[in-house]
Amino acid sequence: MPDLPRKKIGLIACSGEEMPEGTVTRRAVRKVLETLRPDETVTLCLPLFLAGGEGERAFARHYPTIAVDGCDKRCAARATEKYSAKPAASIVVTEIANECGCGSIGTVRRLDAAGLRLAEAVAQRIAEETDRQLKPKPKGPAARGGRGRS
Amino acid sequence: MSGERRRIPVAACSGIGKSLGAAAREAACILTEELRPERAKIVALSLLVMGDEEARREVAGGEAIAIDGCKLECAAKGLASAGAANVRKIAVFDVVRRHRGLKPEGVCDLNEDGLKLARAAAEEAAKIVDAIDEESGRA
Repeated sequence: MPDLPRKKIGLIACSGEEMPEGTVTRRAVRKVLETLRPDETVTLCLPLFLAGGEGERAFARHYPTIAVDGCDKRCAARATEKYSAKPAASIVVTEIANECGCGSIGTVRRLDAAGLRLAEAVAQRIAEETDRQLKPKPKGPAARGGRGRS
Repeated sequence: MSGERRRIPVAACSGIGKSLGAAAREAACILTEELRPERAKIVALSLLVMGDEEARREVAGGEAIAIDGCKLECAAKGLASAGAANVRKIAVFDVVRRHRGLKPEGVCDLNEDGLKLARAAAEEAAKIVDAIDEESGRA
């Protein structure tokens, strides 16, 4: 068998510098890259992506990506779609914070205990989504809605 | 004219792959929170480049400061594309050359050398803020 390149998922964090949720996106993405799914993921640098980095944009055109945004302005997701292709999944920190009932999470420079817990929760969500994206798609007639050849 | 001082917009690259990008982000925070909070403010680079009107208004037609981690100068490019009249640049990769003993490591949690590097970059940026003020007669 030829040694084919493994399919990887590109993670794009918004890194928003004006709000602590931007810091949460960074911490969560790094956690997935370094600990949770190191062999299945790569990070794409959003500033480079925005500045015209062809390597980053080409990756996002050909591989699935997960955009991780701090707020509902969804800069990472919109940028990915605008310059490459629609991300396979879009995760928004403020939505997960609402689900968790998270209040204050600290500052851009220093997340507090709640902020660190939120980053963990976001990292878990990214890891789950990574697994979903890498799961082999079912083949055969059943997977096509049970429509066989007539 | 309201007489209110316009705070100088500062964009950091916030690169997520290397310590220098993290140091650039930290430097922007040190500058705007500790060293020159009345004179400089962070503008989120992604908002700026994605065309957020408020962010672009902050930048258009004026002086701006870019703090970049690597030679690709993504923050400087973002500020220029948003219409900044003059982008003054801090390159963290140059700052680290001027502080040869520093070995920055980490992205989410910069090590002690990374934090020292960020502070050195922020101090250089503060001098730029002062120079802009001096040139415009506000010093």
